[in-house]
Amino acid sequence: MALAKITSVTGRAVNVPGNDIDTDRIIPARFMKCVTFDGLGEFLFYDVRKDTTTGENTNHPLNDSRFNGATILLSGANFGCGSSREHAPQAIAKYGFKAVIAENFAEIFFGNSTTLGMPCVTAAREDIAKIAAAVEADPRTEVTIDLEKLEARFAGQSVKIEQRESARDALINGRWDAIGELIDGLPDVKTTAAKLPYMAA
Amino acid sequence: MAKSLFQKVWDAHSVRKLANGQTQLLIGTHLIHEVTSPQAFGMLRDLGLKVAFPHRTFATVDHIIPTNELVEPYADSLAQAMMDEIRKNCAEFGVTFFDRASGKQGIVHIVGPEQGITQPGTTIACGDSHTSTHGAFGAIAFGIGTSQVRDVLATQTMALGALKVRRIEVNGKLRPGVYAKDVILHIIRLTGVNGGTGFAYEYAGSTFDAFTMEERMTVCNMSIEGGARVGYVNPDETTFAYLKGRPYSPKGAEWDTAVERWKSYASDKGAHYDDVMIIDAADIAPSVTWGINPGQGISITENIPSPETATSADDKAGIIEALEYMKLPAGKPIKGTKINVAFLGSCTNGRLSDFQEVAKYIQGRKVAPGIKAIAVPGSQIVALQCEKLGLDKILVEAGFEWRAAGCSMCLAMNPDKLIGDQLCASSSNRNFKGRQGSTTGRTILMSPVMVAAAAVTGEVSDAREVFHVANN
Repeated sequence: MALAKITSVTGRAVNVPGNDIDTDRIIPARFMKCVTFDGLGEFLFYDVRKDTTTGENTNHPLNDSRFNGATILLSGANFGCGSSREHAPQAIAKYGFKAVIAENFAEIFFGNSTTLGMPCVTAAREDIAKIAAAVEADPRTEVTIDLEKLEARFAGQSVKIEQRESARDALINGRWDAIGELIDGLPDVKTTAAKLPYMAA
Repeated sequence: MAKSLFQKVWDAHSVRKLANGQTQLLIGTHLIHEVTSPQAFGMLRDLGLKVAFPHRTFATVDHIIPTNELVEPYADSLAQAMMDEIRKNCAEFGVTFFDRASGKQGIVHIVGPEQGITQPGTTIACGDSHTSTHGAFGAIAFGIGTSQVRDVLATQTMALGALKVRRIEVNGKLRPGVYAKDVILHIIRLTGVNGGTGFAYEYAGSTFDAFTMEERMTVCNMSIEGGARVGYVNPDETTFAYLKGRPYSPKGAEWDTAVERWKSYASDKGAHYDDVMIIDAADIAPSVTWGINPGQGISITENIPSPETATSADDKAGIIEALEYMKLPAGKPIKGTKINVAFLGSCTNGRLSDFQEVAKYIQGRKVAPGIKAIAVPGSQIVALQCEKLGLDKILVEAGFEWRAAGCSMCLAMNPDKLIGDQLCASSSNRNFKGRQGSTTGRTILMSPVMVAAAAVTGEVSDAREVFHVANN
C-alpha cells in the first residue's frame, strides 16, 4: 500500500482556543450512531457551534466565515483528551483539516490522527499565539507546517514545532498507516503467539 | 534485571520493531463493541482481509443499547442498525458475540472479567478508552481507535511506542465512607487530567492489596481520565480467587500452571519506575467533581474553587469556564447543591458490589421527590446477581428505576439522557460538557454511595452523614 509522504502541510488556519478540549466536545456521542465515518465533518464541535435554545450559530471560530476553508487547526493544551473515539480525528479530517497545531495532545487522539495521515504537531503557547494573531489579522495568511525542518512558517515569520519522532518518521516516509507493515509481520506474529499458552485455539 | 509487570508483558508480546521505531505488539485479547467496530470491519472488507485470530476476539453490545426496551426493532432505527451490523460482522468473521439472547451481554469492561477472558500477563485492546479497566488483573489493556481495531482484527497486533511506568502507591486503610472511586478521583485531582500522558500506571500499596477485584477495576477504569493510557495492579491471590471457575478461565491441571505463569508476571522487587507517587489512604475523603473534567474535584467537605484562588492563569481560565457551565457559585460549599438526576451504573461503578453497598444504605430510605433516579447494572449477569439478592427490589422500593444492562446515561448514545441543564449525581467517569446527552446538562462524579445519598436528600451530600456511617 503506497501512502503519501507527508513532509509538509500548507493552508490557512483557524484558532480554536482552550485547554483540555475533549473528544465529546469535538464530536458529541450522539453523532457516533453510524456505521461509517462519512458525514461526520458537519458535526465537528457541533454543541459549541450551535446555541442550544435558539439553534442559531454561536460565535465559535468555525462559524466565522473569514476562516472558511482553513485546513490547519490551532488549539491549546491536552487537545483531544477523553474517549478513544477515532470519530474525533475523523470529524476534524472530514471537515477539511489536514493538520493540528496545539501545545500538546492526549495520547490516543495523537495516535489516531497520525494513523489517518493528519499530522499533530506541538508548539509553545506563545508561538501558537503568534500564528493565531497573524491569522486573525489576515485570515488569508498561509501557514506551512514543515515536518522536515520542524518549523511552522507564516507571514514572514517562523516558529519551532515538535513532533514525536516515530510519528514524524511515519509521516515523512509514507508509512503512517501501519497496516501493510503489520501484515508483513504476520509470520512473526504467529511465532510470538505460539509462545503464549493463552493464544492457543 | 528486575522488571515491572509492564515491561515483562510488553517483552512477551513484542513481535518486532517497525521501521519508525515503534513495536509491533501482539494483542492477545481483542474486545469489540458496536460503536467503534463497524467501520473497522468495513475497512477489512475493503482490503479483502479476514480476522487473524477470531478465537481471541470477543464482542458485545453496550453503548447504544436501550436499557428500558428489550424487544427489537428498537425505537431508534440508528441503534437498531448498529445492532444489526455487529451481529452481521461477528457472524461473517467468526467472532464470539455476547448478544442479549446469550444472557452474557453487558458493558464490554464488565463482560471480559466476569467471563474470565481478562487474565493476568496478557495484552488486551478495545476501541474504548476505559479498556484500562482490565489492568486490574495485571493485564496491559489499551483503549484504541477504529483504525487500530482494524489492525488488531487483521493481524492481532498494533504499532505502539513503549510507555513509561509510574508506580502509584496508596497505603493504609480507607476511612469509612471512602471508596475506590474516591481513590481514583483523588489521584486525578493530584495529577490533573494530562499528568499521566505517556505513562502506564502501576497501582500498588497496602490499600490496593486489600482491595477486591471490583475495587481495583474501578480505579484502573479511570486511568485514562488522568491521561494514562494503561493502569494495572499486580496479580495476587485475590486475582486468582476471582478468576477460578469462570467460563474462560483455565481448568484442571492447566489452572495451576496458569497461576504459576501469572505470578511470574508480577513486578519484581527493585523494578525500575520512571516515576513514583505515594499517597496516604487516610488523606482521601469522599470526593466529588465540581467542573467539566474529572480532574476538577474536591472532597465533599471543601468549597467550590474560586477564580481568585487559582494557581495559574490557565487554572483561573479553567475555573471560570467550568463554573459558568456548571452554574455553581465560586467559594461556596459543594454540599447542598441541588440535583435533578441520580445515575448508578457504568463500567466504573456498575458491578455487584456497587449495588450491594448502595442497597445496604438505601434500604428503608426514599429518593427525594422530583429526583429521577436510575440504577443500571453493568451486565446481564450483574443484573441477575442483584436480582437473586433482592437488591433490585430494595432500589425500586427506594424510588430507583431498575434497568437492563448497558452504558446508559454515562455517555448518552441511548435514550437515557439529561434534559436541559439538569444536574446529575453520577457514578460514571466523565463530566465533560454535554457528556450525558444534553448540551447544557451537568454532571457531578462521585461514588455510588454518594449518588445514593444525593438521591435521598435531593442535593449533593456527605453520605457519611446521610447514612450515619461510623467515622472511627
